[in-house]
Amino acid sequence: MQLPEATFHILMAVADEDRHGYGIIQDVLTSTGGKLKLSAGTLYRSIQRMLEQGLLVETRDRPEDDDERRRYYRITPSGREVAKAEALRLQQLVRLARKSGFASGRA
Amino acid sequence: MMYRALLRLYPKSFRGEYEGEMCAVFVQRKRDASGPFGMIALWIETFFDVLFNAARVHLDILVQDLRYFGRTLRQSPGYALTVVGIAGLGIGATTAAYSITDHVLLRPLPFPDADRLVTVMEWEPHYSRTELSPANYRDWKAQVKSFESFGAYTSLSANLAGEGEPERLAYSAVTAEVLPMIGVKPVLGRWFSQEDDRQGAAGTVILSYSLWQAKFGGSASVLGRKLLLDDSPCTVIGVMPAGFAFPKRQTDIWLPMRAFGQFGGAFDDPDRTNTFLVGIGKLRSGVTLEQANAELRLIAAQTERQYPKELKNVSAGAFNLHDDAISGQSKTMLMALLGASLCVLLIACTNLANLLLARAMARRKELAVRRALGAGRERLVRQLLTESLLLAFLGGALGMLIAVTATPLFAALVPTNLPIVALPSADWRVLSFGALATILTGLAFGVLPALKVTGGADLREGSRSGVGGRKERLRGALVVAEIAASVVLLVTAGLLIRAMSRIQGIDPGFRADHVLTLRTPVTGSRYEKTVPRVAFYKRVLSEVRALPGVESAAYISQLPMVWRGGIFTVTVNRQQPVDPSSQRALMRFVSPDFFRTLSIPLHLGRDVADTDVMTSPLVAVVSQSFARQYWPGENPLGKPFNFAFEDRMVIGVVGDVRVRGLERSSEPQVYLPYAQIKDGWFAGYIPQDLAIRTAQGDPVQLAPAARRIVAEAEPQLPVTNVRPLSEIVAGETASRRAQLVVLGGFAAIAFLLAAIGIHGLLAYAVSQRTQEIGVRIALGATRGNILQLIVGDAFVLAIIGILAGTAVAYGAGLELQSLLAGLSPKDFDAFSAGILLSLLMTIAGSFLPAMRAVRVDPATALRAE
Repeated sequence: MQLPEATFHILMAVADEDRHGYGIIQDVLTSTGGKLKLSAGTLYRSIQRMLEQGLLVETRDRPEDDDERRRYYRITPSGREVAKAEALRLQQLVRLARKSGFASGRA
Repeated sequence: MMYRALLRLYPKSFRGEYEGEMCAVFVQRKRDASGPFGMIALWIETFFDVLFNAARVHLDILVQDLRYFGRTLRQSPGYALTVVGIAGLGIGATTAAYSITDHVLLRPLPFPDADRLVTVMEWEPHYSRTELSPANYRDWKAQVKSFESFGAYTSLSANLAGEGEPERLAYSAVTAEVLPMIGVKPVLGRWFSQEDDRQGAAGTVILSYSLWQAKFGGSASVLGRKLLLDDSPCTVIGVMPAGFAFPKRQTDIWLPMRAFGQFGGAFDDPDRTNTFLVGIGKLRSGVTLEQANAELRLIAAQTERQYPKELKNVSAGAFNLHDDAISGQSKTMLMALLGASLCVLLIACTNLANLLLARAMARRKELAVRRALGAGRERLVRQLLTESLLLAFLGGALGMLIAVTATPLFAALVPTNLPIVALPSADWRVLSFGALATILTGLAFGVLPALKVTGGADLREGSRSGVGGRKERLRGALVVAEIAASVVLLVTAGLLIRAMSRIQGIDPGFRADHVLTLRTPVTGSRYEKTVPRVAFYKRVLSEVRALPGVESAAYISQLPMVWRGGIFTVTVNRQQPVDPSSQRALMRFVSPDFFRTLSIPLHLGRDVADTDVMTSPLVAVVSQSFARQYWPGENPLGKPFNFAFEDRMVIGVVGDVRVRGLERSSEPQVYLPYAQIKDGWFAGYIPQDLAIRTAQGDPVQLAPAARRIVAEAEPQLPVTNVRPLSEIVAGETASRRAQLVVLGGFAAIAFLLAAIGIHGLLAYAVSQRTQEIGVRIALGATRGNILQLIVGDAFVLAIIGILAGTAVAYGAGLELQSLLAGLSPKDFDAFSAGILLSLLMTIAGSFLPAMRAVRVDPATALRAE
């Protein structure tokens, strides 16, 4: 099953570090070289759904000096599984694309 | 701040979670944005972002709720079916009733600027309206300024020959102004021009769509074809579109007024008493009906001064074309139906509210669990509403199906004299009404339970099986409303049934059984003179009388209740009547044996005879009321009177007949011998209807033989309206019967739903009070006590409902008085039957739950706790 793009990016953003909402937006922005700017609406709608699906959890751990009101999100083991599966799917897709000469590199 | 307002588009549950976060992000964004353009771009982006994502979140929740609902439904499909069925009945009944009311009453006639079209008639204060004489029409048309166009029409029928089976066509002869004024363009060809509508012009004809389809296969080559109408050739110049009806539903063809048949001469007649035209005018824009009426009255007053003798008391009146065609009675009937259907919808809604309430109560535990797990109240209400709206939606779909199938039942309620088609099509208006009814129904039966249940639900309450008194009272009130509404419907239906049987019990003045009637319109050049016409009648009658099983047969101008008009003023002793309207009588020409055929009693003197011809004295048979009015206490035989331009002498007295219909009183009747018609006179009164009395069996069996006899005597003559006389009498109550079928159906549905309502209430109460009942039985309560406990409640509700319903029913009866045929709206039988049925319904509804309560086993009941 294909993962929504925003969901995949959010999972990647929280892969090695718990982040709050704005942090996720920033991370996605830098890692995509400014190409993907998540809107607040898309972000929180995705987060809500990911929480329901158990891909993320909210965490109470936060840096000491941080704003109390900020919520931090952490990836769950099943979130990792899903992200890996999606990465695999994309890999296979790229392999097929190479075979047919749409993408550079060896098949 | 503005952003926060924008966030209101999200569901509350989502906002509660993320509002703060999102605001924080937005503040960051604002800080990052550079310059006024950056700000504007940010705002625009944010606006669409919120719009799009809020919609998605709503959709997510909807999908979630639907899934959840799907799961619960799979567990109890019976519940869903019940709800959908009840909602479907309610919505279907209301939508069908609305569609017919809309069709007849609310919707403007299907003509452009229909609200400016008016009917113009001659009008005598304190009597009634009559048609216009051509001379008055011409004078008024020349003067009137209120109309942008003014024309006239008259409706009759003509024989079509030479196109397969001879046929009788209903036509309207119109002046050239009429069709363009109405404004509906022909699908083929053109309207009449002034050239066509002129003395001595070549005959032309415009066909109705249905005739074009039926007779000419819808072929365009029909234009230019010559048809033989009453022996005059007429060229087809146009075809009107499907659904076009004017001046009434069944009109087959249109002919130009001056160029056709009998009107050709009469139209330029100076005679002011020969009235046969209906005027139609289109008000200039900005001119009101009142202004037009004022102007017409002034003009009419002027013509009255010019012709004081002929036009004594004759004024003019203009009437809205639409309102004018709908009788008060059919209006009342339709409104009654709409009211009844709303009653059904109300009952359906209360029933559903009760069902949902019971179900929601049963789900309290589950809801409390979900609430404890963090679902907000708003979220639960929303879910319950989604469920009820979905059920309503399914019910609405079923309801539309019911409405579409049921609408033909209402067809008899659409007046035939309206220029509209018989049945409404299900268009956007009806669909949107159905949709509106659906949504309101869903909300009505959904909101209450949803608020009620989620209100104070917490885990502790959910686990106990006590019954909150307040909730019971609410459900009780709903049941009371149901009972009241069903009493209203039952009593109203009862009143109308009683009124109908009363009307059916009215003596029409003749015996309708074992009589076959058929129409043989004897027109055309061969029968313009009376002698050959009477020869035709004699030949047909003698052959029909010779048929086996025939007791007698006779001709009459037109049968009673088929033609209700045909009036002349009576003068006795050469004294002009002071008030002509009090001295009118219905005129009919009859063959010998007419009275015997219809079993109208001959009280005095003799029947008309074949020896009464133009060369013998002019004679008349009159009805009893006629004799009583002019010669009270005297022997009327041999008395002379002046009637229809001639002096005539009474030779016989017969019983009165309700010529104008069962529900109306009629003028006295005068019957003249069929051979005493001056050549070329009284075209509309020429005998056309043949009545045949048989000794036994179904009179319709004689129809083929009678047709054969007519065809042999005159092959070009169409035979129409073949039906037993009893059917004509039954037709008097046809629209009532249609109304009763529908209303009775509504009452039956209401009865059933209310019984289900009572059953549901008690079944629930019993299931909730099982422990209590168990304890009571354990403590020594008898079955009688338990029965009293359960059924007693039901009866209290029933009594309250019946009292309320009876009061409303009385009010409804007063509104319906015009339909009650003199029956009192307090009619004892109708009320007692309605009340009795409601009590029966209560007993039936409470039977099963009461049985269950009585059978409660105290040991099991107590262990269940």
